[in-house]
Amino acid sequence: MIARTLYDRLWESHTVHVEEDGTTLLYIDRHLVHEVTSPQAFEGMKLARRKPWRIAANLAVADHNVPTNDRSRGIADPVSRLQVDTLDANCAEYGIVEFRMNDPRQGIVHVIGPEQGATLPGMTVVCGDSHTSTHGAFACLAFGIGTSEVEHVLSTQCLLAKKMKNMLVRLEGPLARGVTAKDAALAVIGRIGIAGGTGCTIEYAGGTVRALTMEGRMTLCNMSIEAGARAGLMAVDEVTIAYLKGRPFAPRGELWDRAVAHWRTLKSDPGAKFDHEVTIDARSIKPQVTWGTSPEMVVTVDERVPDPDREKDAIRRESMERALTYMGLRPNTPMTNIRIDKVFIGSCTNSRIEDLRAAAAIVRGRRLASNVRLAMVVPGSGLVKAQAEHEGLDRIFKDAGFEWREPGCSMCLGMNADRLDPGERCASTSNRNFEGRQGTGGRTHLVSPEMAAAAAIAGHFVDVRQWR
Amino acid sequence: MERFTVLTGLVAPLDRANVDTDQIIPKQFLKSIKRTGFGPNLFDAWRYLDEGRPDKPDTDRPLNSDFVLNQPRYRGASILLARENFGCGSSREHAPWALAEYGFRALVAPSYADIFFNNCCKNGLLPVALAEGEVDRLFHEVAAFPGFRLTIDLEKQTVATPDGGEVGRFDIDPFRKYALLNGLDDIGLTLRHADKIRAFEERRRSEQPWLFG
Repeated sequence: MIARTLYDRLWESHTVHVEEDGTTLLYIDRHLVHEVTSPQAFEGMKLARRKPWRIAANLAVADHNVPTNDRSRGIADPVSRLQVDTLDANCAEYGIVEFRMNDPRQGIVHVIGPEQGATLPGMTVVCGDSHTSTHGAFACLAFGIGTSEVEHVLSTQCLLAKKMKNMLVRLEGPLARGVTAKDAALAVIGRIGIAGGTGCTIEYAGGTVRALTMEGRMTLCNMSIEAGARAGLMAVDEVTIAYLKGRPFAPRGELWDRAVAHWRTLKSDPGAKFDHEVTIDARSIKPQVTWGTSPEMVVTVDERVPDPDREKDAIRRESMERALTYMGLRPNTPMTNIRIDKVFIGSCTNSRIEDLRAAAAIVRGRRLASNVRLAMVVPGSGLVKAQAEHEGLDRIFKDAGFEWREPGCSMCLGMNADRLDPGERCASTSNRNFEGRQGTGGRTHLVSPEMAAAAAIAGHFVDVRQWR
Repeated sequence: MERFTVLTGLVAPLDRANVDTDQIIPKQFLKSIKRTGFGPNLFDAWRYLDEGRPDKPDTDRPLNSDFVLNQPRYRGASILLARENFGCGSSREHAPWALAEYGFRALVAPSYADIFFNNCCKNGLLPVALAEGEVDRLFHEVAAFPGFRLTIDLEKQTVATPDGGEVGRFDIDPFRKYALLNGLDDIGLTLRHADKIRAFEERRRSEQPWLFG
């Protein structure tokens, strides 16, 4: 038998029908729904007089628009409110399970799926959101879709898709102290570029990956899309199984045992062939900081802002110059000299309990630097928030001058009130540093939670490996 | 979906690599629950000098005259010429909705991000990929000749100048091509296989019942 990759196996096990040109009807096990990309899909389905194919496959939550401060008065912005109300109404009409804004289980869609055990190994998981790649950490084929495809999944429980290529990213060796899965993700993007994984599904493998917790694995898979890959995935091991045990949507009793026996088979065969392979020595990864307006514009914290004069390719040079102008940075400035105005700890990349613990460990007993106007911690879900409060992390952050907020996407993309003002510079644990991403004219530097926390205290980027 | 057969139209150049969907349609406009109304906010942050808001009319906002689409010579363009990795970033279908509503029916670039490419095809907006050298040459010609037009023939998979000079050929999956040429609704096509989907589902339910709990 031909050795197959994990992606090959997931693809084949979900194939319902294949057209002559290879276009495949792929069965979808789990559809996660949020308020921004679903209203037009529900409307389209209704206009076509169709109904959801399998209601129990769907799980909905409002996350992009929700306020992260006082929720007792609802959503102030009427446009945001209408979008959230529309999701509530659509879910109520069809009986789709939804965690509403004031439900303690509400949170960022890519945090709550795994947290609830709604993401299980071997599934296909889709959502109208590009960071659906997060769920690949559970050996799922998980990818983001557009609204037409949301309607397609609602109406048919399938998607039309062409098979991607197989790419293997192998990370070997232990990560140094102060270096996290986020740094590994940014290092991978720095290495292969933001289009390096286009047309591919990335499988992450190697000792570094196996040594990561599920939360770290999710962080790594989450940013596959920033490397151009719609999906990133990882094999099942004992860490995966231990994480899932007892989760509300996970199987129990005899079914659990059967499921686990199946899940253990979810890995690439020895000798499976990949179209592209990249190996990275994880021991050499240092804390990363982006300097530009694309996640591939990244350096290590001990480096300097790059100089476009040293770039030979004209299009790249122009992109660099434009990015430096937008970011208000001069070439050759040491990264540790860059002073920041705001700090955002949150997003589907870095808002889980381990992220908050790591940031709190840096902050404990210290105060925000005087030049930092706002530092906010936005937990990924109500349950993460409750756990953090149980551990007293909220006190550590608040004592240091951080704001402790309600869960949601928040300033990762600034669809709610949490935004940068023009020209403001932010150390952010989110995933995109595009122009205007966190607010029109805002300047984003992507970093790990530890790096963001240390920058909040120092007022500028610091090498967290030297933090005492 | 609107059919796409042959398009002849004015070409507008956007000479930047890695244009992301946050640039194509900024997040504040994603709050709409409709599929329409995005055209006036296409490339909002580059196109206007002030900050756009969904609750503010766009008609009297100050335009950025340096932005290429604001130049009179590109008014009425239906083909956008772009650089590599166009449409990277989020999965928002509002990006192709905004491009289509503005008046674009086709894009020509060396490469596209995967999700964006897919979303375009679902909306009758044809993303044509040509070799980098061919795209480079087109950028020079658009700059040199005001009123530069191209003809894109989906059936023949060619890009040509209106006088018939071939610029390049492009690939497209036959299934996508068939749907675009005939303006077919994917969901309708899929539901022809409803029995197969049901049979697949039943088998899966018996083999892995925990997925259906």
